[in-house]
Formats: sequence, structure tokens, C-alpha cells
Amino acid sequence: MAGLFKRLFGGLSKSRTALGGRLADAASGHDRIDEALLEEVEEILITSDVGAAATTRFLKTVDNEVRYNRLTDPARMWEILRDDMLRSLARCGDRKLTVSASPTVVMVVGVNGVGKTTTIGKLAARYKAEGHKVMLAAGDTFRAAAGEQLTLWGQRLGVEVVRQQEGADASAVAYDACQAAMARGVDLLLVDTAGRLHTNVNLMAELEKVRRVIGKVIPGAPHEVVLVLDANTGQNALSQAKTFVDSAGVTGFVLTKMDSTARGGVLVNLVETYQRPVYFIGLGEQAEDLTPFDPEGYVAALFGEAE
Amino acid sequence: MLNALSDKLEGVLGRLKGRGVLTEQHISDAMKEVRFALLEADVHFSVVKSFVADVREKCLGQDVLGSMTPGQQVAGIVQRELARLMGGTQSPLNLSPDDLTVVLMVGLQGSGKTTTTAKLANRLKTQGRRVLMVACDLQRPAAVEQLKTLGRSIDVPVLDPQPAGGDPVAAAKEGLAHANAQRYDVVLFDTAGRLHVDGDLMDQLVQVRDAVQPRETLLVADAMTGQEAVNIATSFHAALGLSGIVLSKLEGDARGGAVLSMRQVTGCPVKFVGVGEKIGALETFHPERMAGRILGMGDMLGLLEKAETAVSREEAEKLARKLKKNDFTLEDFRDQMRQIRKMGSLSDILGMLPGAGKLAQVADAVPDKEINRVEAIINSMTVVERNNHQIINSSRRKRIARGSGTSVQEVNRLLKNFVKGRKMMKTLSGARGKGYKLKQMLPF
Ligand SMILES: Nc1nc2c(ncn2[C@@H]2O[C@H](COP(=O)(O)OP(=O)(O)O)[C@@H](O)[C@H]2O)c(=O)[nH]1
Ligand SMILES: [Mg+2]
Repeated sequence: MAGLFKRLFGGLSKSRTALGGRLADAASGHDRIDEALLEEVEEILITSDVGAAATTRFLKTVDNEVRYNRLTDPARMWEILRDDMLRSLARCGDRKLTVSASPTVVMVVGVNGVGKTTTIGKLAARYKAEGHKVMLAAGDTFRAAAGEQLTLWGQRLGVEVVRQQEGADASAVAYDACQAAMARGVDLLLVDTAGRLHTNVNLMAELEKVRRVIGKVIPGAPHEVVLVLDANTGQNALSQAKTFVDSAGVTGFVLTKMDSTARGGVLVNLVETYQRPVYFIGLGEQAEDLTPFDPEGYVAALFGEAE
Repeated sequence: MLNALSDKLEGVLGRLKGRGVLTEQHISDAMKEVRFALLEADVHFSVVKSFVADVREKCLGQDVLGSMTPGQQVAGIVQRELARLMGGTQSPLNLSPDDLTVVLMVGLQGSGKTTTTAKLANRLKTQGRRVLMVACDLQRPAAVEQLKTLGRSIDVPVLDPQPAGGDPVAAAKEGLAHANAQRYDVVLFDTAGRLHVDGDLMDQLVQVRDAVQPRETLLVADAMTGQEAVNIATSFHAALGLSGIVLSKLEGDARGGAVLSMRQVTGCPVKFVGVGEKIGALETFHPERMAGRILGMGDMLGLLEKAETAVSREEAEKLARKLKKNDFTLEDFRDQMRQIRKMGSLSDILGMLPGAGKLAQVADAVPDKEINRVEAIINSMTVVERNNHQIINSSRRKRIARGSGTSVQEVNRLLKNFVKGRKMMKTLSGARGKGYKLKQMLPF
């Protein structure tokens, strides 16, 4: 567990110093909460991609405390902000991505380039190491060499990949994979899908079809639909989540590229709005660069308390 | 594209325009809303700050407040400042007239480098240049294969140097030597994605740059990037000296704040925007048009350009006459539909019309399949029916539905929409001052 936290904070350390450092600077520059300090806090939250609307909300809490409860101490202000954020993040619950049914089918969806295929590779490594029999379905039949990419992950990890030729029907691949998973006693089937912008109605409909087909072969499947989001993305992540939740039945999120200095602050608003768990965060390009999301750790790291 | 931002700004400025007299308070309130809209659109905090300060200062000048149409003036200022922020005038690709032009493509993981490389190669090839692509992304599994597949599809050669130890610098050197030896006009180097904060990989990119000495170093960035856009652009620019930016995935509902921020902090022009996964979906970036689009003033120039390539002059004139006389028939409608599809997607086209942001959203909801069905329905009508929709009674409707493999409800819906559409086109083309021009040029 300690190692895991270290890994989380290791990965978040850049955001930690960037944000925590700035917060600390801001606080030490003021001995009481005033307009100027609040403006600095606003800047810090906005530049962390928390979003203008959510930032306004957080600042309102502080403002109320100042007005009605005579809050003056900058240090206490951080606590209030942190608690407030934790309350928002608590809405994600503590459900984990578990292998409950056999096979458990997990569909991985998201816009282009966010890290779906890589995340599948990482998940496969993780669940295989836990002793599960894992299979991958190359459902991205659209992007050039996407099947090849997943196959290389499969080879690297010693995990079977079900694949058809490029341009094949994605639901046909899903169908094959579900049959194969049942026949071969697979515990966890991870289904890759082509990246698609959430605004593309046709492609979103195609995703629904893949989902239906999976459910036909394995009743109750897919058990999870994971939306992969890129930490470098700004407020558009909310729009992505909205459409994918509505039309693909997303059950949880993975936030990738947290090894960037981008802070992924949009997550706070996202979780509060959609009330679904964030299963993992991605911290690099290698199989082991995946760690469970921990709200306390996330906010603590964001506010520079973890060391 | 950019709908959310343009809706908000249109709203704010529309309210200002409605006022005969403007006070400082009105402007302050409006600027607060503009600020909020820009921040929600992911424009960087510091960029928004200086933008709003500039606009406010200009708006409080005496000639605005004292003018007869202060709201218009403010809207004008916002548009001009937005265009300036985006870079003023269009910057073309810097191609060498007689030597090999070297283009280096860089960016974060997943930003769209490989696809953009192929799109650009295709564009240059159709301009008659001999183009080579070199695969230097030796990091991501199957990245080389991806470039090769794309190369085959557009018939542009791809060099896969496969250097010992997977060293991209060696690959780049070999690529350059090959391009020189084979006397190509342009060579494009696709590189591995990397985070701007990854020191080692950024150093490696500097070595690649030194090895190939590019004329163009293009940063490919995702249009959906948030506040980090500024750090990304600044870091890549500081390390490599960028010559331009390509914004990818702009066809979604990205609010495009990254366009403004990246250009502003680096001073590098945005040269192209990617608007789809297809190879042809790469457009030249026009700052002033984009500013108009964001403010809901429409991209008339872009629209006319598209119309000109898709519609012959006679056809356009014929249509304008029909529209005027209100004898636009289902037959014309089908022709238009076919022509519009040549021009791009319906939502693209509508997005360029002044004040048509809302319409574009509606069109987004019309999948291609639906358009095919509409065409099938019209195809199943007789010529007489197509030219006079009023005669299509219920028995005809049944026949048409059967013939087109659709339902009577769908036929009804199409006819209803057609009648509504005719009305709308009339109002749309007459609504604004620019309307008459629209009527002449547009296939509506
Ligand atoms: N730095 C970093 N890169 C990542 C992470 N996850 C994925 N990537 C990279 O992002 C790029 C796109 O990933 P890919 O899995 O192909 O995206 P997909 O299109 O969504 O399937 C690849 O270069 C990956 O190596 C992450 O957590 N951190
Ligand atoms: Mg993929």
C-alpha cells in the first residue's frame, strides 16, 4: 500500500509542486483572506482546469465563510477548499473495477488518442498478474494499424487477442471475442473500440450496436463501460462524458497522462456531475504505469500535503 | 465547432447591440460574461485577463460610448481583438521553391501527429509535389505500421529506416539522406509523442531537429486541450523553435480556447486545422474567419469558397432565381442535397452561416444514413411529384414509402420538413444585409 501511494504521489508530484507550491506561495504572501488572495486562488483553480463554473462555486463557499463566519485565516481556507473538493469527489463512491462474472466484459471507449488501447494493455497486465485469465478484443477496426497495436500488447503480455482484418465490423469482432471468451474460460475480456468524437452521431450509434451484440452473446455484459479521458483535456471532458454516459452507458472513468503537468482538475466537476467512480489513473506509457484512483491522495497531492 | 463559445458571446454582444445607450456598467457586466465564456472555452487564464483588459479599455473610449450604435461598436472591437489574438492573417506553409523542404511533426502522445502527417502529405501531393514520409515514431507499438498503411492509402511512399537500437535520430538522418538522394520536393518526419515535461525525450527531439534542419517544425495539438495548452506550446517552442501549429480534432464541440492561447504565447501561427478522420479533413486556418465564426457572424468567405468549388456558376444562378420565385421543388432539393454533400457535412456548411450555430447543432443530429433515406424517398417519386409536392396525397405517399423501402411516416416527415425548409430558406436569405449575396451564391 505504501508503495502504491508513493507511486501515486510520484506521478502527481509535478502537479503537486506546481499547484501546492503556488498555493503555499499565495498563502504565505497574505496574512488574511482578502480580495487579492481570492483572485490568486481563482487563478490557481482555473489553470488547473477546474473550470470557471466550478471555481466560482468553490470560491463562493470560501466567500460565505468569510462573510458569515468571519473566516480570516488563509490556512483554514485551504482546509475548507480541500474538504469541499473531497465532498465533490466522494460522489464517485468506492466501487472498484472487479472481475465479478466469468467472463467479465469491459468495454473501453473514448475520443481519439486519449489512451484507450494503452490502458487496455495496462489493465491486462494488472489483472493477469492478479491471476485472471485475460483476453483482448481488437474492436478498433477503423484506425490504421490499431489492431496491430493491440496485438503487440497481447504478445508483450502473453495474452490472447481476437482480431479481424482492418475495416471489419466492430460488432463482429466483439461477437467473435465474446464467443471465444466463453469457450476458453476467460475471466476478463477487454474490448477495445475505435476513438470517436462524441459529437459524431453515426459513430456513437455504432458503439451502441457493439454493446448490444456483446449483451446478446453474454447476458448482462458488458459489465463495465470505461470512458478514458486525457488529463490534458480541458472543459471538453465534461462534454465527452455527457455524451458517452448517455449513449454508451459509461460505468466509470480512467484518467490518463497524469504524468503531464496538466492537473486534470476537470475531474472534480466530472465526478460530481456523473457520480461514477474513477477506477484508475494513467501515469506513463508502460504496462505498470497505472494506479488506482484515490480521492484523498488526489486532493492532498493537488494541495501539496503529501510527502 | 466552437458552438458553445459562439452562443455565449453572441448572447452577450446581442444584448449590448440592443441598447441605444451604453454605460460603463453595461460594458463591465458584458466583459464579465465575456471573461467567463472564454475561460469555460479553455482559453488560458492569463490570455483571457489581458484580452478582457484590452477590450475594456478600447470600449470605454469616447467614440464607442458616444456613438449611435455603441453595441455594434463593441461587437466589432471584440471581433477585431479575437482575430488579432488568433494571428491576424493566414500563414501558408513555408515551402522552398527549388530545394527539398523538410517538415518536422511534433507533439504530445495522441495529439494526432501521424494522421496529420498523412493529411499534409496528401495535400502536398495533390498540389503536384513529390512527397516522402519518414517513420520516426519508434516508441508507440504499431505507429510505423499506421503510417505505412496511411501512406499506401494515399499513394505516398513511407520510409521505415529501422535503425539499430530504435534510435529516432539515426532514422531521421537516414530519411533525410534518402529524400535528398531521391530528389523529393517535401519530406515529412513523423515523430513519437512525448510530454513537454519529459526532459530526456525533449532532448532527443532537439537532436532529431538538428539532424534534419527543418524549414517547418509543426506542433500538432489537440483542440480539446485545456489550460495546459500554454505550457505545451511554450515548452515545445522553447526547445525547438516552432514555425507553426496544427490544431487537430476541431470538428467536435471543442471550444477552441487552445487556438487562442497557443498562438498568443508563442507568436507562432496556426497554419492548419484538422476537422475529421478522413484524409481530406485538413483545412487552412483563417484567423479572421474563425473570429467571425466564434462570434456567430458566420464564415461567409469560407462558405463561398466551398460553394464555388462544388457548384457551377450557372447552377447557382438558376437556384437563386428559383428561390426568389419560391418555386424550389423537391427535385431541386435533391440536387442541393447532393451538392451540399460534395461541399462537406451539413453541419459544417450550416456552421458557416451567420447566426446559424443553432441550425448546425440540429444538422449534427441528422446522420448520413438518414440523408440516404431522404434521397431514396425522393428517388421513388415521379418527376411530376418532385416538381409539385402538393399533389402527393396519401395513396401516393404509400406508394413512395413502399418504393423507397421506408415508411409513410418518414415520407410525411420529409414533406413537412421540405415545406418548413422552404420557408426557412426564404427568411434566412432575406434576414440580413448579406442575404442577397447568399442568395446568389448559395445552393439553397
Ligand atoms: N505519457 C502518457 N502517455 C500515454 C498514457 N496513456 C497513453 N499514452 C500514449 O498516448 C498515445 C495514444 O494512446 P493510444 O492508446 O493509442 O490511444 P487510443 O487512440 O485512445 O487507443 C500513445 O502514444 C500512448 O503511448 C499515459 O498515461 N501517459
Ligand atoms: Mg486505440
